[in-house]
Amino acid sequence: MYIIVVGGGKVGYHLTKALLADGHEILVIERDRRKCDLISDELGGVVMHGDGCEASNLADAGTARADMIIAVTGDDEDNMVVCQVAKAKFQVPRAIARINNPKNEAIFKRLGIDETVSSTQVIMERIQMGMPTHPLLHLLDVRAHGLEVVEFRVPAGARSVGRRLRDIILPLHSVIPLIISPSKGPVVPTGETIIEADSEVMAVTRTESEDQLRLLFTEAR
Amino acid sequence: MRVLIMGCGRVGSTLAVDLDRDGHEVTVLDLNAAQFKRLPAGFRGVSVVGNGIDQDTLRRAGIESADAFAAVTQGDNRNLMASQIAKHIFRVPRVVCRIYDPIREELYRGMGLETVSPTLVISGLLKASIERE
Repeated sequence: MYIIVVGGGKVGYHLTKALLADGHEILVIERDRRKCDLISDELGGVVMHGDGCEASNLADAGTARADMIIAVTGDDEDNMVVCQVAKAKFQVPRAIARINNPKNEAIFKRLGIDETVSSTQVIMERIQMGMPTHPLLHLLDVRAHGLEVVEFRVPAGARSVGRRLRDIILPLHSVIPLIISPSKGPVVPTGETIIEADSEVMAVTRTESEDQLRLLFTEAR
Repeated sequence: MRVLIMGCGRVGSTLAVDLDRDGHEVTVLDLNAAQFKRLPAGFRGVSVVGNGIDQDTLRRAGIESADAFAAVTQGDNRNLMASQIAKHIFRVPRVVCRIYDPIREELYRGMGLETVSPTLVISGLLKASIERE
């Protein structure tokens, strides 16, 4: 595949290295001459010096024949424009944007950039995973269906403790495929499964039902 | 009309003063509080410090009740992102956006944004005055 990476900072550099190792044809577009030199010293002639938001630079880079463009600069507005220009002017089939401010994820989606990676969000969630008191973790997005896979812990004293799963009415399109309980370990639950305190519950749910679902299991008696 | 202007540089501040003089309710938004020095003493509008591509800042600056939004910072991409947020998320009835790069200007105009490219406007004016007999 021919992939254009816009932004040659840390993320762009390591991404390019990995994609080259996978055998793809890569071009990095980077504004800062020094970063360009560093990349070409290490990875060879895969860099173009210039502003990746300028349509003329994208034309020179052969964007019209690119299979994918990935915008990983540190500025969300630049990543947004790169993806929009690549899609609208050069008909690039796939455009992926890095998001620095997690608040922008919803905006990007509304503006037609479906594929995003929020580096700040990913780091925050990784750190939260190590914290004992996180309310809910996002494990995976199933964007095409508006679903997500989440995990939460049932605290001692929650209303759900001691109840059978069938007696808890889940929100629409929510499924509990796995419960890790302190006594039984991982269990694929049935309606008869009894909720124990300190269990980890994995659930598939719609984004808008996430809070409702979590409260069913975690709200105090 | 309630008008929110993002960017208090030469153009933003001049626009703010002009609209204020015409009796409009003007709010000016800029990342840098020092830029508000460009607004004269008699200016009746409101100035807000903050980043215009942040939804919460835009709300704080009153975008939800704005009749018009103008993006006139130095950054084309920042203007483009803020204008699209104003138009598509906050549904501001009138959104205008300054874009220096004529290629980007043409593209986003095609996507339904109301845009002005100073590059084209000024070169057009200069050409006209050069060719004037």
